[in-house]
Amino acid sequence: MTATATSPPAVPAAGRLTAKDKHLADRNFRYLALAAGLLVLVILALIIISTTRQAWPAFTSSGSKFFTSTRWAPSQGVFGSLTLVYGTFVASAIALVFAVPVSIGIALFLTEVAPRRARRPLSLVIDLLAAVPSVVFGLWGFIYLRPGLTVGYGRVADALEPIPVLNRLFANPVSGSSFFTAGLILALMITPIVTSLTREVLESVPSSQREAALALGATRWETIRSAVLPYGKGAIIASVMLGLGRAMGETIAVALVIGGGFQITANLFSSGNAMPAVIANQFGEASGTYRSALIGLGVALFVVTVVVNLIARTVIARSNRALGKVLL
Amino acid sequence: MTASTTAAPTPNRLTSHGTLSGRRRYTNLAATALIWAALAVASIPLGLLILWVARKGLPVLSWSYLTESIPTRSTSDAPGIGPAVVGTLITTALATAIAVPLGILGAIYLNEYGAESRLAQVIRFLANVLTGVPSIVMGLFIYTIWVVPLKGAGLTAFSGSLALAFLILPVIIRSTEEMLKLVPQTLREASLALGASRARTIVTVVLPAALPGITSGALLAVARAAGETAPVLFTVGFTNSINWNPFSGTNVTLAQLIFSNASAPYEGAQQRAYAAALTLIMLVLLLTVIARLVAARLTVR
Repeated sequence: MTATATSPPAVPAAGRLTAKDKHLADRNFRYLALAAGLLVLVILALIIISTTRQAWPAFTSSGSKFFTSTRWAPSQGVFGSLTLVYGTFVASAIALVFAVPVSIGIALFLTEVAPRRARRPLSLVIDLLAAVPSVVFGLWGFIYLRPGLTVGYGRVADALEPIPVLNRLFANPVSGSSFFTAGLILALMITPIVTSLTREVLESVPSSQREAALALGATRWETIRSAVLPYGKGAIIASVMLGLGRAMGETIAVALVIGGGFQITANLFSSGNAMPAVIANQFGEASGTYRSALIGLGVALFVVTVVVNLIARTVIARSNRALGKVLL
Repeated sequence: MTASTTAAPTPNRLTSHGTLSGRRRYTNLAATALIWAALAVASIPLGLLILWVARKGLPVLSWSYLTESIPTRSTSDAPGIGPAVVGTLITTALATAIAVPLGILGAIYLNEYGAESRLAQVIRFLANVLTGVPSIVMGLFIYTIWVVPLKGAGLTAFSGSLALAFLILPVIIRSTEEMLKLVPQTLREASLALGASRARTIVTVVLPAALPGITSGALLAVARAAGETAPVLFTVGFTNSINWNPFSGTNVTLAQLIFSNASAPYEGAQQRAYAAALTLIMLVLLLTVIARLVAARLTVR
């Protein structure tokens, strides 16, 4: 790959040999490619400028209350997004609790356990899971899962009644559309991305690591635990954080199954809300400051997800340069 | 043979775990079982979901259902998701037409010209950041920069396709760059040695060599675009009748129709959501499978 870096000096030489207009076409093509690359930079800058400008009226009228108040009352011009920030984090956290062990398990399955022949059809399953549109997950969760979940939540809440702490987290009254339902659906949705990133990490673990452990008489699990996972730890943490970023920004499925309640509660079985869900559900009916408050939520969401992404990429860059190349 | 295995610790111990201590053997078995279980935990919901969508959608879906207008009253039991089918095809096709060429050009810059230069590294990094931008933010972005300035005329299929295009652009850039990296350096050198210019080498030698991989990556990105709701929610509007014109008049996509009908308490509205869900999922899965087949052909070569 370093050859790519060293070959450009040869270009002008080749250009001088051909006709002048050929040389010009060559240069134009280069500029065209550069422009397409720079477009990424322009889009990011424009996202920040354009959305912040439209959100400004809401930011100035609400001040710091926009992020510290729990009261979201658009009809009175009061926009406090704390309940939404809370909901976004809680649903994403639940998603991680379920998705991370499953994703690492599947990634281990695909790299360490599955017979070579079975790997392609299995990774197709993961691809298909990734391909299912968010809105279809939402529809399925809302109509198919919700009735059963309501009953199940009720039983769990009853069973956990006498146990301290747990009876606060999983309590009656339960709602089929809740933080927990949103978390479950999100878990399904981020499993493919965390799996495929983790898998790339595991695949890039040098086989000498495994062979060394096996040669010492380690079982398959001991090899995974003592050689494979420690080697890829930093990169796996980064994959999980990229999954977290995805979960926080996920909109439509969450909008359909989180319930729509504006509250900060320890009870994960109760109805809640999230930043992207509120934007999707209320944008149509909003105007003026209300609309700019919703765009403000978008700005906040953008900042949070970008920060999570940046941290993930810093973690990976610090932990292991070779693995960093895989994810970066 | 068997006597020697039990007498002296030979490498055979690794493959036949017969001589391992009970606890180690148990842990290994339990871990392997858990790893298998993880696979089941992910596949079962996928299977349930696809079966459910098929069971709900198949009885409703027919050719006329796919082509007829959406009834203006959501209480109506009448069929029709035609405008959403047309809208999805138009927005996805336009998004592809915008994002794929730009994405490939961007990747060409990164791999063929920029390589390890400072600017290329910055662009590569920002492309990754852009991949992490939530789709709803992309929708808000196009709303604020394109729909608002155009006033009423801004809600069109084209606006939606802009949001989708910017959403998948970084994905296409990164996947294409990975494919360009795989093209052997000797191919480029051979072409340059024959006197071809850098641009000509890229267009006639490098791109064709990487084409299956680029196509596969682009198809996966397009499949994602087709299923997205959040970016089109504020940019496309809504319409009950088929609109083939991407640049004028509001439009509607399948994903949007599902979203607006999902929580509707009327049987007819829900049936239209099921039909739309089945249509959308078939479209998206088809694109994904084609992408995989293209990629499979690549690895065989």
